[in-house]
Amino acid sequence: MMQSVSESGWLNVHGVQLEVVERGEGRPILLLHGEEGLDPKSSFLDLLAAHGRVMAPSHPGFAHSPDAETIDTIDDLAYLYLDLLAEQGFHEVTLIGFSLGGWVAAEMAVKSTDRLAKLILVDPVGIKVGDRETRDIPDIFALRPDEVARLQYHDPARAVVDYTTLSDDALTVIARNREAVALYGWEPYFHNPKLRQRLHRINVPTLLLWGASDRFVTPGYYGAAYRDAIPGARLAVIERAGHFPHLEQPQAFVERVCKFFDSVVG
Amino acid sequence: MRAWHFSENAYHLLPDAKEYDSIRVTLPNRYYDPKLGADLYHRYIDEWVIAEDLGLEIMVNEHHETATNLNPSGPIIMGILARETKKARLLILGNPIANRREPVRVAEEMAMVDVYSRGRLEVGFVRGVPYEISAGNHRPTRMMERFWEAHDLIVRAWTSHDGPFNWEGKYFHHRQVNIWPRPYQQPHPPVWITALSPDSARQVAEKGYVVACFLTGFQGTKTVFATYRARRAELGLPAPNPDRFAYAALVYTGETDEEGLAGARKLMWYVEANKVPLQFTNPPGYQPIAATVNAMKGASGADIFKLFQNPTLEGFMKNGLVFAGNPDSVYRQIMKMYEYVGGFGHLLIMGKAGFLDHEETVKGMKLFAREVYPRLKELTPGGMP
Repeated sequence: MMQSVSESGWLNVHGVQLEVVERGEGRPILLLHGEEGLDPKSSFLDLLAAHGRVMAPSHPGFAHSPDAETIDTIDDLAYLYLDLLAEQGFHEVTLIGFSLGGWVAAEMAVKSTDRLAKLILVDPVGIKVGDRETRDIPDIFALRPDEVARLQYHDPARAVVDYTTLSDDALTVIARNREAVALYGWEPYFHNPKLRQRLHRINVPTLLLWGASDRFVTPGYYGAAYRDAIPGARLAVIERAGHFPHLEQPQAFVERVCKFFDSVVG
Repeated sequence: MRAWHFSENAYHLLPDAKEYDSIRVTLPNRYYDPKLGADLYHRYIDEWVIAEDLGLEIMVNEHHETATNLNPSGPIIMGILARETKKARLLILGNPIANRREPVRVAEEMAMVDVYSRGRLEVGFVRGVPYEISAGNHRPTRMMERFWEAHDLIVRAWTSHDGPFNWEGKYFHHRQVNIWPRPYQQPHPPVWITALSPDSARQVAEKGYVVACFLTGFQGTKTVFATYRARRAELGLPAPNPDRFAYAALVYTGETDEEGLAGARKLMWYVEANKVPLQFTNPPGYQPIAATVNAMKGASGADIFKLFQNPTLEGFMKNGLVFAGNPDSVYRQIMKMYEYVGGFGHLLIMGKAGFLDHEETVKGMKLFAREVYPRLKELTPGGMP
């Protein structure tokens, strides 16, 4: 029976405090959120927890995870979560990362796949594709919020939040998430110039999942470049979804993930 | 008291504001005519020289990617003024050191201007306005940590005279720091830092630097100055002299109240023209989380922010951001602020903005220098240190 826990717990990795959602049993799934943060009430979490043991930490600075003095880069997060896997004694882990979390997952996988079984990158950022004057990734810090929503959502109305209906805690989480995105993604902007040339090191079955309507990082340009750099990786799109398919199409997203669990070659 | 003439060297000859989203960061520079711009630079430099002739001190600043300020390099304009003038103190307020990639270069530039001005330089360090973040690509988070590391490196560079030292900090790396020239003033030029919040006021107080408040009005200024004094007392440090406090306002002195107000209305361009969309006014990490949460709830925070959202001359004068009128009125308004905040030793005068032309600018400066300034100087009978 599916274990459903509404509250999140805490993990300590080498002195770094992490708020973490843990649900389900079975195959270990480490889930790394992106700019959207992790909402414990998101339906995709319960859907996914029916197929394994989901562990989803909030990165330092996101949600209620405290800022960590020693952590201010994606590289720091990659080592943090490799440490987490080792400390938990996890093996044969399915690593799933969304957008900025996908970047973290890719950085982890180029360092070590020893504890990984499979890798799923969902609309990941992290690589530089075009030349120096090509804006691979629109500058969300220089765009109006409604323009950012238009780029990131199939249905931009989904992104509209009435702040006046939210608790101080919920607003604080939104503000902290936004600040943490700037901490990790400011410069170089949402990428590591060296990552693309290192992706060939990834030697576990890898699936790139992409919202068909993602106009922030597009499947045809950015997704294809990611796929081409990882040996044997496949790219699949989810219809009627933008940059966060797990939020816009949770059912279809989890179905895609399960299909990948069941596939032999990836 | 010391009075400083300050201008942002604005390029005000813009199309109707309806034609653009933002006067900062994104406004295309095709709207800038370099020939008119050259005339404006020479005019503004002339006005600073006139300020010196009138017995005023000189202040410059810098901003980036904006028509409101055409000094993308404070050190360059100050370098010119150091040569064009002979006796005025020269304040750069300031160097945005959290945004400068090379603090050692800042130390060199400041030492150079200090030397060839024969020790007339006063060096301000500022965090910079939020709109500078995108303009300079500087990460807005953990910015003050970077600011203070830059400050420490600059002061160390100014005060080390025995060959290179090593700096391998969190943000800056230099293995051979050994600047030439070293500063003229010993141990280094006076340092100023701007503060908006009690937090930064405390840190400035600990160092004993001049704290400067820009358009913060009665309450904001009082809070910063009081926090500074309290922090000194808390640490058992000597009570600060008035010369540790500076207040910046828009000032226009006319022969009559009508003329003074007419001049001030033109100065108001500085705030009225500051059309900037939300993504540039509140970059993530620039202000504390609690302040962002309040803004999301629709609370506009301190009343001072409401003033800037809907700026009127009346509102600005009532709150002590503009001093304007005939000489008696201007003196009275300054003294009201002076008494409310517990005194200050420096008045930073934005005496030129927008469509105030050269003659009008100089007239306002002259009337201030002749009719108001002598009375303010009496506040510090022994002169300023």
